[in-house]
Amino acid sequence: MNKLSLVLRGIVKDNPTFVLVLGMCPTLGTTTSASNGFGMGVATMAVLIMSNLVISLIKNLIPDKVRIPAFIVVIASFVTIIQMLMQAYVPSLYAALGVFIPLIVVNCIILGRAEAFASKNSPFDSVLDGIGIGLGFTLSLTVIGAVREFLGSGSVFGHSLGLNYTDAATGSQMSYMPLVFILAPGAFLVLGYLMALFNKFAKK
Amino acid sequence: MKSTLFNMVAVLFVITLIASAGVGLVNMVTVDPIAAAKAKAVDDAILAVLPPFSEKSVKEIELDNMPVKVYTTSENGETVGYAVETMTKKGFNGIVKLMVGFAPTGEILNINVIEQAETPGLGTHMCDEDNNLIKSVKGKNPASMQLVKGCLAVKKDGGDVDALTAATISSRAYVDAVNRAYMAYKSVAGGEFAAEKVADEARKGGNNE
Repeated sequence: MNKLSLVLRGIVKDNPTFVLVLGMCPTLGTTTSASNGFGMGVATMAVLIMSNLVISLIKNLIPDKVRIPAFIVVIASFVTIIQMLMQAYVPSLYAALGVFIPLIVVNCIILGRAEAFASKNSPFDSVLDGIGIGLGFTLSLTVIGAVREFLGSGSVFGHSLGLNYTDAATGSQMSYMPLVFILAPGAFLVLGYLMALFNKFAKK
Repeated sequence: MKSTLFNMVAVLFVITLIASAGVGLVNMVTVDPIAAAKAKAVDDAILAVLPPFSEKSVKEIELDNMPVKVYTTSENGETVGYAVETMTKKGFNGIVKLMVGFAPTGEILNINVIEQAETPGLGTHMCDEDNNLIKSVKGKNPASMQLVKGCLAVKKDGGDVDALTAATISSRAYVDAVNRAYMAYKSVAGGEFAAEKVADEARKGGNNE
């Protein structure tokens, strides 16, 4: 298989969010803004690339019956290491994303790729697969986050578009935009419509 | 690879050994930077509500089964203010943590939200600069305000704190945390009171009204 198509496949044909529909919990939970979605996507991609590489390196040493526990130990160790490094050297990023990081351990994309791809392919191909799926996940989450942020709070990447009015009675700033898109029901609505659009164009 | 009891146990043992060694190693390297980053975060939170200081001391007390930290800051041996890290469990989505700055004379200098999970667009306005809640209490000594049962309260409950629009529960939680901060401040700055005693007195005062 062509190496570039291995990367591109993760973005379009096997897009983890819109086609494989994996990792829905972080997808729905963290996309309240474009930058939150982007941060979650990048952190997941970092873990995915490293875990794919290591699992594909040690795949021949692991007995079949204990492969899942072995994969989970590898993934959880990487997540813990990334969490500690972020906390120590980029505390501002950790403050924004800290609560999402432990969620990566149970993200089924990572275990799914370990099982479906890294345990059957070469280390180099597994890294490419990690990059592709990671990019696909990051792009999807950023797009969902951007749509929800625009519809729900009238801003783009944290920059307000000025769609606010000042409440006459209390003097506080209120938004014209429907708040529901920031809340959980909005997450399902946006995901559903984007999934339909994506599949309509990607299938051609 | 074919699974036997021996190779399953051996492989899992080796993998967990290497993984825990790796995590332990990274922990050894990062434990000091993490502690430094946390200390800096506390200093930044205090500086957001108090004037600059050179030294600080901390006293931890427990009010209503919640930990409250009172940082006494001083410059050249003179007390410049008290920063109280306070919390409440009455937020719309659980815990709200605030840092409240008191002048040595008891006025509230500023309030900073450390942690909250309120509804975006409604309760989260408590993080804005100059929101209704801060405007109502900034520069005032809680003792000089309209108190309900010895505590600050939002207007809906008979006090004189302006609530956030459409976020009464978040506003009540915020005021609840500020009250706890004020009790902790009084117990530390006053010296002679135990914190619980201040709290009890405040509640007793309410029953007599």
